[in-house]
Amino acid sequence: MKMPDPDVDVIARREDILAAMQSLVPGEGVIADATGMAVYESDGLTAYRQLPLIVVLPETVEQVSAVMAYCNAHGVKIVPRGAGTSLSGGALPAADAITLGLGKFNRVLEVDFENRCARVQPGVTNLGITHAVEADGFYYAPDPSSQIACTIGGNVAENSGGVHSLKYGLTTNNILGIEMVLPGGEVLRLGGKHMESEGYDLLGLMTGSEGLLGVITEVTVRILPKPTTARAVMLGFESSEAGGQCVADIIGAGIIPGGMEMMDRPAIKAAEAFVQVGYPLDVEALLLVELDGPSVEVDYLIERVREIAEALGYVSMRVSESEEERLQFWAGRKAAFPAIGRLSPDYYCMDGTIPRHKLPEVLARMSKLSDKYELGVANVFHAGDGNLHPLIMYDANKPGELERAENFGSDILRLCVEVGGVLTGEHGVGVEKRDLMEEVFTENDLKQQQRVKCAFDPNQLLNPGKVFPTLHRCAELGRMHIQRGQLPFPDIPRF
Amino acid sequence: MVEILKPQTSEQVVDAIAWASGEEIPIEILGSGTKRGFGRPMGDANRTVAHAVDLSGFSGITLYEPEELVLSAWAGTPLAEIEAAVAEKGQMLAFEPPRWARLYGEEGGTLGGMIACNLAGPRRVKAGASRDHILGIEAVTGRGELVKSGGRVVKNVTGYDLSKLLTGSFGTLAALTQITIKVLPSPETIETVVLSGLDDEQAIQAMSVALNSSHEVSAATHVPGNLSDVLPGGGGAITAVRAEGFVPSVGARSAALQKLLAPFGATSTLDMEASKAFWSTIRDVEPFVGTDDSLWRLSVMPSEAARIIAEIGAPAFMDWGGGLIWCQADTADAASLRRALAAHGGGHASLVRAGEDARRDIPVFEPQPAPLAALSTRVKDSFDPRHILNPGRMYEGV
Ligand SMILES: Cc1cc2nc3c(=O)[nH]c(=O)nc-3n(C[C@H](O)[C@H](O)[C@H](O)COP(=O)(O)OP(=O)(O)OC[C@H]3O[C@@H](n4cnc5c(N)ncnc54)[C@H](O)[C@@H]3O)c2cc1C
Repeated sequence: MKMPDPDVDVIARREDILAAMQSLVPGEGVIADATGMAVYESDGLTAYRQLPLIVVLPETVEQVSAVMAYCNAHGVKIVPRGAGTSLSGGALPAADAITLGLGKFNRVLEVDFENRCARVQPGVTNLGITHAVEADGFYYAPDPSSQIACTIGGNVAENSGGVHSLKYGLTTNNILGIEMVLPGGEVLRLGGKHMESEGYDLLGLMTGSEGLLGVITEVTVRILPKPTTARAVMLGFESSEAGGQCVADIIGAGIIPGGMEMMDRPAIKAAEAFVQVGYPLDVEALLLVELDGPSVEVDYLIERVREIAEALGYVSMRVSESEEERLQFWAGRKAAFPAIGRLSPDYYCMDGTIPRHKLPEVLARMSKLSDKYELGVANVFHAGDGNLHPLIMYDANKPGELERAENFGSDILRLCVEVGGVLTGEHGVGVEKRDLMEEVFTENDLKQQQRVKCAFDPNQLLNPGKVFPTLHRCAELGRMHIQRGQLPFPDIPRF
Repeated sequence: MVEILKPQTSEQVVDAIAWASGEEIPIEILGSGTKRGFGRPMGDANRTVAHAVDLSGFSGITLYEPEELVLSAWAGTPLAEIEAAVAEKGQMLAFEPPRWARLYGEEGGTLGGMIACNLAGPRRVKAGASRDHILGIEAVTGRGELVKSGGRVVKNVTGYDLSKLLTGSFGTLAALTQITIKVLPSPETIETVVLSGLDDEQAIQAMSVALNSSHEVSAATHVPGNLSDVLPGGGGAITAVRAEGFVPSVGARSAALQKLLAPFGATSTLDMEASKAFWSTIRDVEPFVGTDDSLWRLSVMPSEAARIIAEIGAPAFMDWGGGLIWCQADTADAASLRRALAAHGGGHASLVRAGEDARRDIPVFEPQPAPLAALSTRVKDSFDPRHILNPGRMYEGV
């Protein structure tokens, strides 16, 4: 992975920049020593590390604005950062860039039950929002597995999802407004407590923009009343085809479960060895289906799911009879990453999305790739929405293994694209998938995305080296190639 | 005289727009043209719009996989054709697209037009708007380049979400050519719980109680007595909330809602057929169909809706639990109407129907603060640097 060459001129000005930052963000908000900065050198994609130029931790939107305006005027790059759990290297620092951490923006500003929303600062954790509203019977629906740690600002930047996204949507469907700071320092509000943001849907555009367009300083999220009941069904199948068919049949029957997750044999084995929750070990596919709503509905749907699974000849089936048991069913799935971490010194988590019915084909071909690269792979899968998380097991201390793992991963993602899917469902492009963007997009597509970037960040200072494989200057992107002439299309019907 | 080009392939759309862009000729982008009355009149004294690209011939469903919950179609495909195709498989467009054509005395509408206007019906409170169901888009920018964004899968963060940006951009950034949307299973049954005779303030409270409950209310509306004639069973003020889903569940939730709402007065219910008729009337804004009177659509903080309506003092009804107000206020009152909104938690007001002069003189869409307006213009420039696509339809000079 090649990052842009650091700007030596900026690095030479480090002392001046540091002094400016210290005057803009007084107190302990500026970290400049290598030891202090070390915790920021990487994010959830730990294979890449880089010390930032300086770490700045502002506390107010005025400080964010002042820092951004200074950086814009002095050509200094900025990498925004929440909790640093990104799995795509989205928050990876650059040697010539300030890492702007939003950790001190950690307050829930307002909970408004009448309008079913909450206004929070970007550094509040995902779970922190639910904690703030759950006593009143509400919750914040998107629930990434990293929800104890990851921030809502990071969630907006990555458009994160979770188990519940199948029924309740991703981050983008669950936020009403943001306050943000543009690279020039201007503060904007998009949306609010009303349901629709006005004009162009810049709120939709900002969601999933990976910190490349602006720094989010406040988020208004929708909160939902908690369903009265939730129960989980655990189904074992002797083939991934049968498991995949069960997913298709459940959806075909008009049922959108609260969550529907699948694991393959290596993932089941690893999870069971780690947390001992009673997963069946003699199956190729384990399906967890969560049904939520009023208890009559849940009971009714469990019966329907049972009928569907029976028709497909399930190997095992258990229905949770208590809240404790439901959580136990999920414990294995939720611990899948660390469970793999116990089996292998390192693992690399992929995030492709495919049309659901391609699952058996993709798993079969992935297993061939696993033989080719001589690396194990375990699969957990947001089965309801076709989002795969293959976990490639490798040992970074063995020469060449990291590279092999990365090549294996790239082949998996190419496979996802080939069958009609995409490179990333929820983890973002970051640095990790940057160089694969051309597998999905044409040059025109990518240039248009970069023109949008230029509309926000004309000096291209925000989160450099991420998302786009080839950088173009904004002036060059703006140029028009004009062909003049007579109506060149005699074949288009006219009236 | 407007010259209309009717391209039938993406290449032809590219050709037409590349030509217009090269010659700096402003063009109107059309679906079936039923919502032409929405937006500012295009062009001005210096720049008349004498060419149109009409996409209504660019029609047909290109992919529909019910078990994958996905459908793609060319932008000019009639909405009715799409709804019929998905209904045949027991599915629906969950955002309940309204027939706004009727507000302008027209019928019909295309998929592209619906997406370009980001329409949403009563289920907005639960399922979101068009923008929440769009998975992918192909479009031709004002530079005459075919670009795509998104894909055919539900979960996708590969690159910027230009699909959302183009949804609701009223053809000012690009001409949509192909659209991929999410479809969802239709509910097995529907039941509506109705309260009568509430005033606006009581109605807001009742809807809020229902929406804050765990009974998965999928719509909440209030129509005052002066507008309820067109509703089945109308005459007095009607407040209604909807439960949808599987039969046993709807029965239980409807019963629970009736109990919950009992403190607001006697409740009655509408069965599935009656519910369908009722909610399509709300969806299509029937209380304001059949006149030319100016019509506003206000997106507001639900808890403030009653106070806003009181302050405006014009005939109005609420959808989305108060989050949406339809209101027949005079265009002369535009400024005070927008002030009322700003004073009550913010939001925005769009002038959905009015004469051409009014739509030229009064901002049709909520005016934006300067930094946001400047950013919107830069976004416009990034797609359409010569401002040839639907010039001025959303904002003057954009
Ligand atoms: C064990 C584990 C499990 C995970 N499970 C899931 C999962 O189930 N679903 C899922 O979607 N993701 C998952 N993730 C990925 C990750 O947690 C999410 O992407 C999360 O949203 C990142 O939040 P963060 O606060 O850590 O952001 P960071 O990692 O700090 O930053 C992520 C990106 O957002 C930008 N950013 C952060 N804050 C702001 C801001 N305020 N303004 C502008 N840009 C900003 C950064 O520049 C960067 O590009 C998982 C990660 C781990 C380590």
